[in-house]
Amino acid sequence: MSIETAGWGTLVLVLAMMIVTLATRWGGVFVMSLVPVGHRVKRFIDGMSGSVLVALLAPMAVAGDNGARAALLVTAVFMLLTRKPLLAITGGILAAALVRQLPG
Amino acid sequence: MNTVDTGLHRLDGRLVWTGFRELVPLSIFVVAFGAAFGLAATQAGIGELAVVVMSTLVFSGYAQFAALELWGQQVPVITMLVTVLVISARHLLMGATLYPWLRELPPVKRYGVMLVASDANWAMSLQAFGRGQPGFGLLLGGGLALWLFWVLGTLLGVCSGGVVRDPRSWGLDMVMGCFLLAVLVSGKNNWRMLVNWSVAACASLLAFRYLPENSHVITGAVAGGVAGIFGREKIDEH
Repeated sequence: MSIETAGWGTLVLVLAMMIVTLATRWGGVFVMSLVPVGHRVKRFIDGMSGSVLVALLAPMAVAGDNGARAALLVTAVFMLLTRKPLLAITGGILAAALVRQLPG
Repeated sequence: MNTVDTGLHRLDGRLVWTGFRELVPLSIFVVAFGAAFGLAATQAGIGELAVVVMSTLVFSGYAQFAALELWGQQVPVITMLVTVLVISARHLLMGATLYPWLRELPPVKRYGVMLVASDANWAMSLQAFGRGQPGFGLLLGGGLALWLFWVLGTLLGVCSGGVVRDPRSWGLDMVMGCFLLAVLVSGKNNWRMLVNWSVAACASLLAFRYLPENSHVITGAVAGGVAGIFGREKIDEH
């Protein structure tokens, strides 16, 4: 099934995208409100909280280009040394930009 | 996290404003990322107004960029919505991880603050709760900052196309990655967490390699959650 993007088609698509993202923003909260939060569920949430970030970052580092790897490495090192997030992020982005300017 | 303090879920104007200011420095990068999206979207043939409306209503950078890949005269609706759903699925996890505090809020506020839930403000909010500080100011105020600058950036990209012609060569695709890593590194870490994270990383990489596209975040996070259940039980035995 396809939608023509001429006329109102674009707006229909944008609204459909909004409904889907909204459903994910609310869905997790709603499902949790149906589940009794016991110790097991709490431990699951606890284990999951940092893991979301790790799961997002791992493929970036492993499957990404050298620019992506340099960015993450510099961010982690700056963060451990200075504890200043903005400095670490700026350093990381600059590292990616520099590596990607290199020929090759 | 096991003892939920009753005062932590509080939310007032001052906390929201503090949260807003906390995320403003990052928003410089968000503007650049938004400008890159605005340009890419107009180049993909989406009308200027529609691009800005999309950023305003959808507010999900990765999902929006992915949708561009499928844009044309004809758009395969189901494919596009499934792509958006799978990329946005991490919002489900965000809502779930914040639930111990969200359930203390009345429903309107509970679902209201989730409207602007996004990677950066969610991570900072959860970290604040972990430190025993109120976090919903960061979620709502920070979310409003990100949303505002995302829309402004998009507008900038649409109006003055070519501000950021190739976001990748400027490293701008790494903004969120670097930010989330900085949050991860600055948090309280212990061995049990490292075990959970290793499980999450392995599951994510396997999913990235062998499962359908974009399913790695949810796979890795759920694996980390399951590791959390068993990890603690093992420690309790001793």
